[in-house]
Amino acid sequence: MRKLINDPENVVADALRGLAAAHPSLRVDPENGTVVRADAPRAGRVALVSGGGSGHEPLHAGFVGRGMLDAACCGQVFTSPVPDQIIAATMAVNGGAGVLHIVKNYTGDVLNFRMAAELAEDEEIEVASVIVNDDVAVEDSLFTAGRRGTGATLFVEKIAGALAEEGADLASVASIAREVNERSRSFGVALSPCTVPAAGEPTFQLEDGEMELGIGIHGEPGRERVPLADADAIVDASLSAIDADMPLSGSEVLVLVNGMGGTPLMEQYIAYAAAARWLEGHGATVVRPLVGPYVTSLEMAGCMISVCRLTPDLTRLWDAPVDTPALRWDR
Amino acid sequence: MGEHLDARGAAAWIRHAAELVTADAGRLTRLDAAIGDGDHGHNLDRGFTAAVAALPDEAELAGTRPGKVLIAAGRAIVSKTGGASGPLYGTALRRAGKAFGDASEADAAAVGEALKAALDGIQELGQANEGDKTMIDALAPAAAAYRDALASGAGLAACARAAADAAEAGADATVPMQARKGRASYLGPRSTGHLDPGAASTALVLRALADVTGRE
Repeated sequence: MRKLINDPENVVADALRGLAAAHPSLRVDPENGTVVRADAPRAGRVALVSGGGSGHEPLHAGFVGRGMLDAACCGQVFTSPVPDQIIAATMAVNGGAGVLHIVKNYTGDVLNFRMAAELAEDEEIEVASVIVNDDVAVEDSLFTAGRRGTGATLFVEKIAGALAEEGADLASVASIAREVNERSRSFGVALSPCTVPAAGEPTFQLEDGEMELGIGIHGEPGRERVPLADADAIVDASLSAIDADMPLSGSEVLVLVNGMGGTPLMEQYIAYAAAARWLEGHGATVVRPLVGPYVTSLEMAGCMISVCRLTPDLTRLWDAPVDTPALRWDR
Repeated sequence: MGEHLDARGAAAWIRHAAELVTADAGRLTRLDAAIGDGDHGHNLDRGFTAAVAALPDEAELAGTRPGKVLIAAGRAIVSKTGGASGPLYGTALRRAGKAFGDASEADAAAVGEALKAALDGIQELGQANEGDKTMIDALAPAAAAYRDALASGAGLAACARAAADAAEAGADATVPMQARKGRASYLGPRSTGHLDPGAASTALVLRALADVTGRE
């Protein structure tokens, strides 16, 4: 294992100390794994809390700030946060208008957030929850835990955060979060596995000349292992899977070409060129692109493509000002 | 240990379960890496270590009840474990503790009821059934074997041994199963051929109960 770390047992707290030092505008508790925006709680505003296992940086802590999340709960690497963290974050940001929990659809995240929501209700905080499950690689059936929450989590957090910033009520913010999730799909491909620091060994093995299609974001193996292909073919496989599940022809879309952590930005742009060409060739119009490592899986190489079918309202909220460590614009 | 589980016995169970989990953490993590995300042993080790830290000390144990001990351990596990295992194991121990009520010691029948309560709690929360390749595949046969042993007149230690044996057989039987719950379900047919890590750790916790109740 070659990692830029001090102690495999303390990577999450050590990274949060760095986040705190680099972004003094955030209130970071490295020991308890919570990151809260400085002006919380904001009276009368709906607050957004998300979280999950660490190892996906900048998700979620890098999206805390104006126009996006009010707080993030950072679990151990690839391990959901515990109810204590979630309740602490929820209480820190509650401004009396309710709190939205944005939860990626993994059994651990769902169970811990559910326990925290019950505790919050004991504190008379109104909590709504939205489950993000955009990953088309998993068949959503009685025979799986359901689709995973992946790249579209960023879309949900940005757009719901913008609506909350405008002063909308909890039901409206929860409703638009669900709408974004329902209009979004993702598909990922791994070219190399990743190593959880505390485990010290890669989570799976890929031989030379192989790649893993339909991966999640926790270093878990994917849907199938196939011969390594070029960027055009990888993008074609990804977008074909998305298009088969949610036809894209005739839609105006937001596209994220997301590096998984170990793939250079140059290659992500090569993939984006292929994606833009593919979408144009299949009758979709890209109105908002985003390229970069936003929802990562430690040092895994590969990419994930996420697509959201926009409406004028969703586009307006996507464009709204945002000021976080990882996403920042004032259009 | 005799035929009853008192507060000291419940604490000994948690402590021994923690020892077994710590000793086997590497194997549990490797099992998880094959079909999940490779952190089960590590997380459970952290959770059970926290449960041991939350146990009443020797002096306090004399004045408390086994139900309270299990509830405290369960709360610590929920607080420190994370993942699905935290809520599932924590709920199991809290439900088992609640099943003991205020009794100062639990007899063989009460321990059987507590196992059933733990099973019900896990099924309610995780919505898994037998055959889904989860911890239920160890715990459900264990609870059934315990009940059968009790019905045939066995005492606490023999019932617990039957439960541990059934849990180990149940865990082994997950190897050919295709996962339908949890992270392994994402693999579909590729999840077959691997022992489920949650079933494996459940067997450890039940073996700890058998060891502790079997002590003279």
